[in-house]
Amino acid sequence: MKNNLFFLIFVIFFTSLSAQEKSMEKNKIFKNLRCLVCQGQSISDSNSDFAQTVKLVVNDLIEEGKTEEEIYSFMAEKYGDWIIYKPQLNRQNFMLWFLPYAFLIGGGLIIFYLIRKKREKT
Amino acid sequence: MQKLIKSIITIIFIFIIMIFYISLGKDNSYDTVNLVGKKLDSIEIQSFNNEKFVNTKSFKDNSFTLINFWASWCGPCRAEHPILMNLKESKSLILVGVNFKDKKKNAKNFLEDLGNPYGILLKDESGKKSINFGIYGIPESILLNKELVIIEKFVGPLVEEDYEKILEEIGEK
Repeated sequence: MKNNLFFLIFVIFFTSLSAQEKSMEKNKIFKNLRCLVCQGQSISDSNSDFAQTVKLVVNDLIEEGKTEEEIYSFMAEKYGDWIIYKPQLNRQNFMLWFLPYAFLIGGGLIIFYLIRKKREKT
Repeated sequence: MQKLIKSIITIIFIFIIMIFYISLGKDNSYDTVNLVGKKLDSIEIQSFNNEKFVNTKSFKDNSFTLINFWASWCGPCRAEHPILMNLKESKSLILVGVNFKDKKKNAKNFLEDLGNPYGILLKDESGKKSINFGIYGIPESILLNKELVIIEKFVGPLVEEDYEKILEEIGEK
């Protein structure tokens, strides 16, 4: 009897944990998909007809066992990269990914040089 | 070294100005015309009149197919209907109508009032199937060739210009 109770609690705990994880993953995907018919809103924030339909499709894809990346690829294939807030790295947007780092390193070097020069003078 | 820093800053400044200049001149209105040239996936959609499902693969039997997404509650769909009725007369084009998030009774009334231009009539009650076609609002139309490659995608109601374009694409002009 004690064992059965322990097993039941174990099952309930892990089922709710897995459901919570799934819901968190879903929300993360909704937040990263742009509502194409809204002004600056994600699928998660919008109540538009389009957003509601995309939510249903994402739910179905999760149920089918598709990963987050596979869902983004599916959406990007149908609506272009614009639908994803966090753009995927590709030939067209590689500068978008690497330029901030290049500017950071370049800026750092300039500041380093200026500080060193100032110290040399004093 | 100071000269180098100055030139780097100047280059960055020119670069930023260029980005702004190019971006401001760009048309940012979103559409899904990037689907043009891509092959349509195999999608199953329910028939309007019965429980049977039609696979998009079956459109291979037609020389050209125009898939039109419409609903009785959509005003622009009413506006484009005469163009669809004209396209019905075309010999090498089959019109496939996908009734989108609509009530069957209203859809039937709509076709009875304005005429039925569709050779194949399907329905997408939840709107989920339409996501596979890259649809985000109706009316939208997709022109396919025999290989099921998307030749043209029309976002919004079809107008006279689109009608001419379709006839040109299917070689009837």
